[in-house]
Amino acid sequence: MSDLLNVTSSPHVRDKWDTQKIMGLVVISLLPASIFGICNFGVRALIMILVTIASCVASEWIYEKIVHKKSTISDLSAVVTGLLLALNLPHTLPYWMAALGGVFAIVVVKMLFGGLGQNFMNPALGARCFLLISFTGPMTSFAFDGTTGPTPLALLKSGFPVNTMDMLLGRTAGTIGETSVIALIIGAVILILTGVIDLRIPGSYIISFAVFVLLFGGHGMDMNYLVAQLCGGGLMLGAFFMATDYVTSPITPSGKIIYGIILGVLTGIFRIFGASAEGVSYAIIFGNLLVPLIERVTVPRAFGIAREKKEADHE
Amino acid sequence: MGLKTFKGGVHPKDGKDLSKAKPIKELLPEGELVFPLSQHIGAPASPIVAVGDKVLKGQKIAEAGGFVSSPVYSSVSGEVKAIEPRRVAVGDMVNSIIIESDGNFTEVEYDEADDVTKLSREEIIDRIKEAGIVGMGGAGFPTHVKLSPKEPDKIDYIIANCAECEPYLTSDYRRMVEEPEKLVEGMKIILQLFPNAKGVFGVEDNKPDCIEKLSALVSAEPRMEVCPLMTKYPQGGERQLIYAVTGRSINSRMLPADAGCIVDNVETMVAVYNAVKFGRPLINRIFTVTGDAVCEPRNFYISIGCSYRQLLDAAGGLVAPAQKMIAGGPMMGFALFSLDVPTTKTTSALLCMTKDEASLYETTACINCGRCVEACPENLVPSRLADYAEHKDMATFEKWYGLECVECGSCSFVCPARRPLAQSVKTMKKQVLAEKRKKA
Repeated sequence: MSDLLNVTSSPHVRDKWDTQKIMGLVVISLLPASIFGICNFGVRALIMILVTIASCVASEWIYEKIVHKKSTISDLSAVVTGLLLALNLPHTLPYWMAALGGVFAIVVVKMLFGGLGQNFMNPALGARCFLLISFTGPMTSFAFDGTTGPTPLALLKSGFPVNTMDMLLGRTAGTIGETSVIALIIGAVILILTGVIDLRIPGSYIISFAVFVLLFGGHGMDMNYLVAQLCGGGLMLGAFFMATDYVTSPITPSGKIIYGIILGVLTGIFRIFGASAEGVSYAIIFGNLLVPLIERVTVPRAFGIAREKKEADHE
Repeated sequence: MGLKTFKGGVHPKDGKDLSKAKPIKELLPEGELVFPLSQHIGAPASPIVAVGDKVLKGQKIAEAGGFVSSPVYSSVSGEVKAIEPRRVAVGDMVNSIIIESDGNFTEVEYDEADDVTKLSREEIIDRIKEAGIVGMGGAGFPTHVKLSPKEPDKIDYIIANCAECEPYLTSDYRRMVEEPEKLVEGMKIILQLFPNAKGVFGVEDNKPDCIEKLSALVSAEPRMEVCPLMTKYPQGGERQLIYAVTGRSINSRMLPADAGCIVDNVETMVAVYNAVKFGRPLINRIFTVTGDAVCEPRNFYISIGCSYRQLLDAAGGLVAPAQKMIAGGPMMGFALFSLDVPTTKTTSALLCMTKDEASLYETTACINCGRCVEACPENLVPSRLADYAEHKDMATFEKWYGLECVECGSCSFVCPARRPLAQSVKTMKKQVLAEKRKKA
């Protein structure tokens, strides 16, 4: 028997889930949308995905080499960022712009703030907005079936009818990963069933957005309009995969619901009263900024404290 | 309706199959036994024997050092070899009485009660106090103090903690399978003290045989019932158990009695029965030796004071090198640095593991996933509390209810970044409480 025993503080056992497994599962859950995007938009979409992932992982590795930090690329979070970024880009974007977006996401949004867990803004969305501002033309030009055309939401905004069945399936113009609601929902179900995310954020986001659209959308109870709003513009991608980003969303249970409602309302404001047809990215980025405040006002009351407070009130 | 439980909690691998089928076997100790004078919460006991004295099995060797204290008895006959500080399982040096067994186990005569039901409240409490009974589930709070609340009439629940939610442990399980009547008798005696109380046995549903046996026994007892509970750690935590059984929630500044409850674990209730009925002091307990490194995992009826090494030898020693040895269960037990430490009234198991998961993984950055929040049975935010602990920010730590932590370890268990959350929070809690005492 060895005389040297390990002595540590309890507990002495650990769950099987670690960061790498969670991130790996997020990648898997994004595969249906990615594969659909590739089928929908062709091989250029596949190359775009590979370019952004490579750019993100390489940026993280090189940055950590330069500042003499231990490499963290094996936690797969850079892969998730790269994949999410690609799914948020039109497949026609020049590759170098996509690669630049990856560098921005990792170096500026994530690493400069301290790396994984420290960034206050979703890296993929930060990069998307950076690209939107820098290269507005290529970022807002969408093509489908070889011809350039507007996205369903842009059509809707201009008062044209849209085919909601095409939007559910994803046979429309848009970014690589946002078009197919069905593919996104399959991924979301994977995340929910495996406990990676829960419904607090996406549920409150989607419901509050739907209520906002019904109240202020100007189309009354027009269900076709509502479904088009829910299926279009990356709302599903944003609600299930971007708003639920652990690092940039509140950790408190009630904070998650408040955060979701804020995102729903902001998306509604941007889409209905703003100049652009879409608003998910900006809503989430803005919501990210409010997270510390939301957490401060939603510190959960500890077990047994509520009862004491209630009794004190009675006395 | 679902099974009763609490919010939060985790499901670690239970490991009970290793030892659960093994009947309790009496183990007679050899050689030197060590009796620490502080095996309970409260003032240490003071020795009433001197070096060289001959003592009998069941003889009192140390007197309680106050009301919140407990006497200590010898579990063997033999000679007092020394009274000196000895290292105990949790790492402290504790003044201890060392007795060399003569191998005869000559026992004192005990004062048996003819009819327990005729004993007065004071007599029962006194017999429990004299027997040196403390909470045997780990806390070690003197049982006679627990059974003397300010207003006994306001107690309406006596809860037997039969959850045994710690993975690997099977001592309570074996007791309930082999001698459930002793547990029921112990409950009967405690109910005698509290005329308005109902006795509830809270058992996790992974022990259906115990639920069945206890249910059969209490069917004739109008004041008792069995309450099956969901199998989830820490179902046997005092606050979680009270909530599951009664729906009442208490916090760190309250005693169970404030919610009309008194909770005692299986072994403690059996000890109460032995003390009140037979006048027997607390010198034995059931103890599990288990883990994947142990040759023959077993449940023993041990003499308190024998060393962990003897228990491991009795279980056939190790089959594989053990990386970690734990006094107690894997969630809240203490890592041992040596086997040459004594068993006490509160230790229920020796767990030897070939792999130490706690030091296997590297700590990485918090990803804010909130798994610790979902797991925390106290509704806390462990990852933030750990941050405040690291920054020594006492005010925010308290504001986020850090002092409510029950130290169950669920947060560290689930953390995908392998952060030692429970350790940080526990340490900070101690510092905050020490600071408060300084000010008071």
